[in-house]
Amino acid sequence: MLLAAVMMAAVLIRLRERAADRLHGAQDRAPIVEPAGVPATPVALLIPNDADNSLAESQRNMPLPQDEGARARVLLESLLETFHDPKSTHPLGGAASSKSVPPKTHPPDLDAVFLIPVPQAAGQRSAGTMAVVNFSAAFAQSHPSGIEPETLTLLAVIGTLHANLPGITQVRFLVDGRQQETLAGHADLTRTYLAAETVPAGGQ
Amino acid sequence: MRWIESRWTWVAVRSFLNVAMLLLLLQGAGMAQQAPAPGPVPPAPPAPSVPSPVAPNVAPRFLVVLDAAHGGNDTGARISDHLLEKDITLSLAMRLRSMLSAHGIGVITTRDSDADSSATSRAETANHTPAAACILIHATATGSGVHLYTSSLAPTPVTRFLPWQTAQSAYVTQSLKLSSEIDSALAHAEIPVSLGRTFLQPMDSLTCPAVAVEVAPLAAGATTKATPLTNTAYQRSILDALTAAIDEWRTDWRQQP
Repeated sequence: MLLAAVMMAAVLIRLRERAADRLHGAQDRAPIVEPAGVPATPVALLIPNDADNSLAESQRNMPLPQDEGARARVLLESLLETFHDPKSTHPLGGAASSKSVPPKTHPPDLDAVFLIPVPQAAGQRSAGTMAVVNFSAAFAQSHPSGIEPETLTLLAVIGTLHANLPGITQVRFLVDGRQQETLAGHADLTRTYLAAETVPAGGQ
Repeated sequence: MRWIESRWTWVAVRSFLNVAMLLLLLQGAGMAQQAPAPGPVPPAPPAPSVPSPVAPNVAPRFLVVLDAAHGGNDTGARISDHLLEKDITLSLAMRLRSMLSAHGIGVITTRDSDADSSATSRAETANHTPAAACILIHATATGSGVHLYTSSLAPTPVTRFLPWQTAQSAYVTQSLKLSSEIDSALAHAEIPVSLGRTFLQPMDSLTCPAVAVEVAPLAAGATTKATPLTNTAYQRSILDALTAAIDEWRTDWRQQP
């Protein structure tokens, strides 16, 4: 009995280690540098503006990976990178004043983006995909606190995903791998956001 | 004689039995009044999930709930090196309470001091009151002017029981009207306003028309000059506009059927 318990514990520990390795492997495989030899694809990023509480569509051309999950991650990394621009209309904490800091020296904003099929209801043709966006702890800590800045960030993420990957119908948010009540004290992160209902056509 | 004796004995026994039965019946009737007989228990009236209606001959009181966001260990946003969101929201809420009281409007606050208060406890305080309006006061260092937010929940009809997490859905239509009233008053005071919708606790659990009023500094613009959130004249103009809007809302509220 004792031997069986010890063996079972060993098997469970090994399975846990393999799952952790798979997770880290998936994160490592996501491209963080521009893939060479891939033609640029037109994409739309929804850029928030704190001054008038709006989202503006910005057209870009960038090479995107084939895998949809990796594509979602590249899109969001590009979007969140704009928040670090010294001239950003939606700067992260200190971004507007940190003119001496060279770009892309900040910690990563995203830990991962997972795509999960949404369970289909009876008689429904396609329920789409749920994107689980895992912000890094550093991103949440540097994010300005307030209803407006936090809501704009979530809407920009949801809108950018839905505009470029229409199959994404729902979005959930994590911070550092855990569910958190709010992003920086206000916007509710415990809910599932429905992409079509959250961001009206053409931004806010 | 023995016959007579047995007859008298029989009469006495019958009389005793009659009296005993009468007493038992009377006692039984009395007990029936005190406690119901065993059997099917009549259903107890369900506890109301929304405030009970007031008696028809008594005019319902116009009550406003003011929620000064954050407090205690939850400091909220850092507005400047010396100013935290929890302090400015409390200060604005206390001043707005005085101004509304001066207009004869009943006010209930979710906190009166720098104390911790969970979103659930704030919603409980508000939902125990048949409030005509719930104003959640926030502050931020981002943006310009006043940001008015209503719940992103899709409107649903009012029902006797509402899910706690989405109770506001039954009041979203009224919340949008209240937001429009506040928007007009702020615009009249020449304060820049932006409107939005969001998921926010405790707003999504409130059973009253609810608007989150987020106050930001004034950015320099065509018609405005840069003004910090600590400027007393700026704060006063926002509070005056909110008082005027709630006063107007009282008029609309009384005209409702």
